[in-house]
Amino acid sequence: MSENAKLPPLPTGTFSERAVAWSKKNLFDGWFNTLLTLGSIAFLVWLIPPIVEWAIINATLAPSIEACAEATGACWGFVNANLRLILFGTYPFEEQWRPLLAMILLMGIICGSLGAVKYPSLRKAIIPMWVIGVPIIAILMWGGVFGLTYVQNSYWGGLPLTLILSSIGVIFAFPFGLLLALGRQSHMPAIKTVSVVYIEVIRGVPLITVLFMASVMFPLFLPDGVTIDKLLRAQIGIILFTAAYLAEVFRGGLQAVPRGQFEAGDSLALSYWQSMRLIILPQALRLVIPPTVNSFISMFKDTTLVVIIGLFDFLGTVKLALRSDPAWTKYYVEGYAFAAAIFFLICFSMAKYSAYLEKELRKGEQR
Amino acid sequence: MTVATEPTTGAVPPPSKEDVITVNKMNKWYGNFHVLQDIDLSVRKGERIVICGPSGSGKSTLIRTLNRLETYQSGEVYVDSILLGDDVKNIEAVRREVCMVFQHFNLFPHMTVLENLTLAPIWVRKMPKKQANELAMHYLERVRIAEQAHKFPGQLSGGQQQRVAIARSLCMQPKIMLFDEPTSALDPEMVKEVLDVMVELAKEGMTMLCVTHEMGFAKEVADRVIFMDAGQIVEMAGPKEFFDNPKSDRTKLFLSQILSH
Repeated sequence: MSENAKLPPLPTGTFSERAVAWSKKNLFDGWFNTLLTLGSIAFLVWLIPPIVEWAIINATLAPSIEACAEATGACWGFVNANLRLILFGTYPFEEQWRPLLAMILLMGIICGSLGAVKYPSLRKAIIPMWVIGVPIIAILMWGGVFGLTYVQNSYWGGLPLTLILSSIGVIFAFPFGLLLALGRQSHMPAIKTVSVVYIEVIRGVPLITVLFMASVMFPLFLPDGVTIDKLLRAQIGIILFTAAYLAEVFRGGLQAVPRGQFEAGDSLALSYWQSMRLIILPQALRLVIPPTVNSFISMFKDTTLVVIIGLFDFLGTVKLALRSDPAWTKYYVEGYAFAAAIFFLICFSMAKYSAYLEKELRKGEQR
Repeated sequence: MTVATEPTTGAVPPPSKEDVITVNKMNKWYGNFHVLQDIDLSVRKGERIVICGPSGSGKSTLIRTLNRLETYQSGEVYVDSILLGDDVKNIEAVRREVCMVFQHFNLFPHMTVLENLTLAPIWVRKMPKKQANELAMHYLERVRIAEQAHKFPGQLSGGQQQRVAIARSLCMQPKIMLFDEPTSALDPEMVKEVLDVMVELAKEGMTMLCVTHEMGFAKEVADRVIFMDAGQIVEMAGPKEFFDNPKSDRTKLFLSQILSH
């Protein structure tokens, strides 16, 4: 092999010549890669056309059971006909603009907060956005003031419910998990023990159990007459559960920060909290962005479990729609495919943002 | 046994009001390992002390007890007339006056050089940002690295990073500076640029305790050289006495090993 072989070949020749060169290098480099390439092509040829045929070519969007019965492909008419039930659950039909508006507002606040990495001028707006936005969302959802009719939160459902449970979950689980991680590393035995026991107990039981406990057991311990709303109990259950997982993620990050960083903070007379906030956590949290987002994605999907205590999240409302009319019931594949697509869209965006955040935060620090 | 009557310590002045550090019969154990044994030491204001010894002799541990990065089990350590014990207030008060330069620099990798320098003045000294920036630039110029102020530590060479670390300590305007093998992690060609800065500091009258094997530095600036072995101060003398006429066999052996190459 000559010395020049190490250098990437310069793109020369016509497009087709380059295309041939590229495929030789990337697709047909040796018998094993050629086999893999041909195998993959065969698999895709086998897989893709039937899906396209079913999902697009032979599918119908018409929101009628008759049209669906005639179609040989997917019956998106089911989603079309039940869209408002799927999106908003049992929220009063006439008032469904309110959860829609609340959902858009929530997405706007989330995007605004996440965008602060790119546009530093947004940074100062994050806290005001949430402080003003969350009460507006609450007013929209509950109503009872400004001429809006009151809607009990047992009627909430669908995508707004899923988004509210997850975003409030993130906002509270994050700091709580952080405190638990610091507590687990504390030199004070009492704090350390409480943190360790909490983390291990919560991690040791399934979320369903935590939700059941929150829903069934917890009210038994409350004095007579005191009730805590079911939605709030589910929300607290999710926060407590996610925080335990996050605590371990954060602990991993804290342990990855070299000891010298703690000592440098100490030797400059910074207090424990100053050192943590200014030196240790910025480094530790950056290291654990992938597993943190992993936990959030996991939590986002776990919110579907609230259905077992009688709340209708986004997946729950799909089931509700399937049951709404026996004629629709056989179109469950379409229903779940739609739910899966929405979940995938949101989870994939989170993953993409995580990758972007890592790249953005690493800028400038490297040679 | 006090320092003054210690027979092997040579020209040690008696403890006085000018002492900024007084270590009195200090002992430290790691489990069963007696890492520091009956350490007695006093340091006057403006004194420059070099501590040397084989690895594992306790020399780094000793200077790390002086800003409470390490605890000790018996005896007393006074720094700037403040007793360094479990009292958190005392520890913070001492750390405000004592700064340390580490073997591995320990700069904050997520901050620029300038932010590294202004962090403690802003948060500990409560200095306005503008004033802290001016102070930082002043010290960056002194260590001849002002043009790198807006880079991140990872973009600098080892020697440059260590000079930034020295400037970061100076920004706290400390009364005492501790150096823990400041040139041991550097490539040979970068040792000089760091030592030059340290020599300048020494000549300006900074109280310094420096753990190092740079015997040239010791000869040039040290008022006293301390040799430690197996957790004890074996020998303590002025540099001339120490290098020309060491008393203890262990010191002689160490010096022959370290000076022979």
